[in-house]
Amino acid sequence: MSAPLLDVENLRISLSQGGKSYGAVEDVSFSIASGETLGLVGESGCGKSITALAVMGLLRPPLSLGGGRITLDGGDIHNLPPAKLRQLRGKRIAMIFQEPMTALNPLSTVGRQIAEMFVLHTGANWSEATDRAVEALRQVQVPSPERRVKDFPHQLSGGMRQRVMIAIALACSPDLLIADEPTTALDVTVQAEIVDLMQELCAAKGTAILMISHDLGLVANMCRRVAVMYAGRIVEQQAAADIFERPQHPYTRGLIASLPRLGARIVHGRQRLQEISGVVPAITAFPTGCRFSPRCQRATGVCQSDDPQPTPLPENGLVRCHHHG
Amino acid sequence: MKFRANLYIGGAFFATAVIVGVLAPVIATHDPVFDANLMNAELPPSWEYPFGTDAQGRDIYSRVVHGARISLTVGLVAQCINSIIGVTLGLTAGYWGGWWDDLVSGLTNLMLAIPSLIFALAIMAILGPGLVSLLIALGLTSWSYSCRLARAQVLSLKSQGYIQAARILGYSDLRIMFTQLLPNILGPLIVIATLGAGGSILAEAALSFLGLGIRPPYPSWGSMLSDAREQITTAPWLSIFPGLAIFISVLGLNLLGDGLRDILDPQSRERTS
Amino acid sequence: MLAVLLRRLLNIIPTVGAVILVIFVLFSVIPGSFTSTGAEDGRMLDPQVMERMRKEMGLDDPLLERFGRYVGHTLVGDLGKSFRTREPVTKLIADRLWPSLKLAIAAMCFAILVGVPLGFIAALKPGSVVDSVSMIGAVSGLSLPQFWLGLMLMYLFGLLLGWLPSFGYGDGGPRYLILPALALGFNPMALLARTTRAAVLDVLNADFVRTARSKGMAETRVVTWHVMRNALVLVITTIGLQFGSLMGAAVVVEKLFSWPGLGSLLVDSVFQRDIPAVQGCILVIVLFFLVINTLVDLAYAVIDPRIRYA
Repeated sequence: MSAPLLDVENLRISLSQGGKSYGAVEDVSFSIASGETLGLVGESGCGKSITALAVMGLLRPPLSLGGGRITLDGGDIHNLPPAKLRQLRGKRIAMIFQEPMTALNPLSTVGRQIAEMFVLHTGANWSEATDRAVEALRQVQVPSPERRVKDFPHQLSGGMRQRVMIAIALACSPDLLIADEPTTALDVTVQAEIVDLMQELCAAKGTAILMISHDLGLVANMCRRVAVMYAGRIVEQQAAADIFERPQHPYTRGLIASLPRLGARIVHGRQRLQEISGVVPAITAFPTGCRFSPRCQRATGVCQSDDPQPTPLPENGLVRCHHHG
Repeated sequence: MKFRANLYIGGAFFATAVIVGVLAPVIATHDPVFDANLMNAELPPSWEYPFGTDAQGRDIYSRVVHGARISLTVGLVAQCINSIIGVTLGLTAGYWGGWWDDLVSGLTNLMLAIPSLIFALAIMAILGPGLVSLLIALGLTSWSYSCRLARAQVLSLKSQGYIQAARILGYSDLRIMFTQLLPNILGPLIVIATLGAGGSILAEAALSFLGLGIRPPYPSWGSMLSDAREQITTAPWLSIFPGLAIFISVLGLNLLGDGLRDILDPQSRERTS
Repeated sequence: MLAVLLRRLLNIIPTVGAVILVIFVLFSVIPGSFTSTGAEDGRMLDPQVMERMRKEMGLDDPLLERFGRYVGHTLVGDLGKSFRTREPVTKLIADRLWPSLKLAIAAMCFAILVGVPLGFIAALKPGSVVDSVSMIGAVSGLSLPQFWLGLMLMYLFGLLLGWLPSFGYGDGGPRYLILPALALGFNPMALLARTTRAAVLDVLNADFVRTARSKGMAETRVVTWHVMRNALVLVITTIGLQFGSLMGAAVVVEKLFSWPGLGSLLVDSVFQRDIPAVQGCILVIVLFFLVINTLVDLAYAVIDPRIRYA
């Protein structure tokens, strides 16, 4: 196996609040090989988005990097001087955000916002950059890109805006694309188009994807490997196929059981979807022992007292549970 | 929880001003109006006259202390009138909508188009100087902010479940407005009233300074400054102390309003500006 | 753009109409207007003179007729004759307009040029010494009575140090303008500093700023390319609204500095019960405010495409 493109080791992200420091994300490790797609799944508030921001080096107070290493092609990202880190951002690691309306500057044309990438990273002047922005829009299949470059974000539909975001992110053919819930804010019919487009373009450019979503179904379709996060930790990591067939962690089971299946009612009759009772604990109030124990049906005394250590699974998988299997 | 410095400092400043006003007859050392003695005219600050004396030999300290009564009363009462008018109009306009809303909104826009001090000045010109005229002129001219705020808040609350429920239960409109809606929008309204009271004190001072507000010899801080202007060369202390009194009272109210906003209306930030 | 302008101008018409009505009602309908009382010092006018004036002004005609006449004259720019000088009010106002404009513009320029950068710097370093000092300064500035500040400036720079003339219009040169403009501009400056700071902090937290950072943009570029224009939209609203209170305050500051502007004309006319002049001044001040607000809306449309294409 070749050296991974991105390697995250024992990442800790601290949240400081009222003079105290909390571990918003702890002991998170994963790696992505060139051209690979890794899915990162979890409910909102589990720490997946801030993990992405940490990889981008974009954590802002009250969040900060509390420990661990993030390396890109073997080089530690956070030891870079700020100017070097900036050159990495956008050029080698790019990011797409959840809400394409607010993620674009409302007062600037989409053409200019794409062109900025070429000005920043290739030293192009504005007119060259604008020409290349037209090309970039054409690549993301926006109709009549020559006219669209002059549009402002509010003149485009949600799907079109997300295409613009993809165009920005992939403008400099980055090695890694972080997609943070890229389809959540979109209509269901548009979601599939955006995901297909993203995959297609990344495959063509050889770009690896870190796909962040709360939608296990979507992630399982897109990715070869899936990591499930809960309350700031990775609780299970497996190949996508295995995770559906043999989920090891009770939380993963819960996520799978809560997925509606098309046609299930015809086959199995009317059934309730399973929800996971309770809510994700706040960062400032993580339970002791296993963090999932208050919501877990299998929890026993040991779960409340002892923090489960990761157990290796075949093919580089892992699970973090006292009663896995 | 951060230390709410502006709330406490503002509260302390304003409370001091109010206490001084309430205790004026006790803590004043001279009569503010009739203790004139030309032998003592324009004395600089001393132990006997800590803030000095004016052209008629009256004690500035006692006049500033008594001035607190008039200035604060006018400021607070005028703001109460503004709040009552504004909230009543805004609440009913937002709740009932229709032609009434159009009328109130039109009126609000008209009020916003005329600078309020100019409007107050016009009313003072007609009514003539005096305490009651001041209350009318200031109380009728700056209600548009609380009206707009109340209306906007009611519009956003109107569709919420508990208001609908109250309506289905057959509560009267007035009962819904004053027992269901008003308590829920009170926070931002208190903030805007606190800041508005500071504005009213400043407006009173300005009108009295022009000679259209409180007439001499009765001391309001504005009218004292009006007298003092003539003697700025010979007796600058006449100008310094009443001005400081206005400044401290208004600063207290502004800080208090900022502090209250952090607590009562955290999402608004600078809406009032 | 033209559509925005036309729409705004159309919106002004009912407001102007309502203002004319209010002014007419205030000064012509409410009893106790000038004819029934004496002059400021208690001197009563000769009844015969008063009778002649009533006739001349048509004050005994039916109300509606008077209102119609007032509206008609106002619309063609005839604001009547001053009771005091017997000159047309339009001429009185025209003489005072330029000094007033000069003072208002100077004060607003000071407010914008100092307040906006101050708010910007404060927002870029929240919690820093610059931030704390400028925000304490701002809330203090908002609490200062302008005329008192003017009085203190007059005393300090005019009388004590003798650097600048302490009052009057003089030759209309900038030396005479400085002190009144400072006194008038300090309050809006303080407010602009606060608003700018809040606006910039707001924009700095926006998603698109995060996007800009994720593009690998240096913080200075993030600010100049993406934060400034967005914050400006919020700041411009405040500038427009501030002109209203600025014109109110100008009355007091002009009077304090004996500045020959509309404000002091208004106050003098009030004391002399020169009703046509009072009416004219108020109308012109309101019109000026409305024009400013229209310009602000246009500035909006220039900056914000969402309004331009609405």
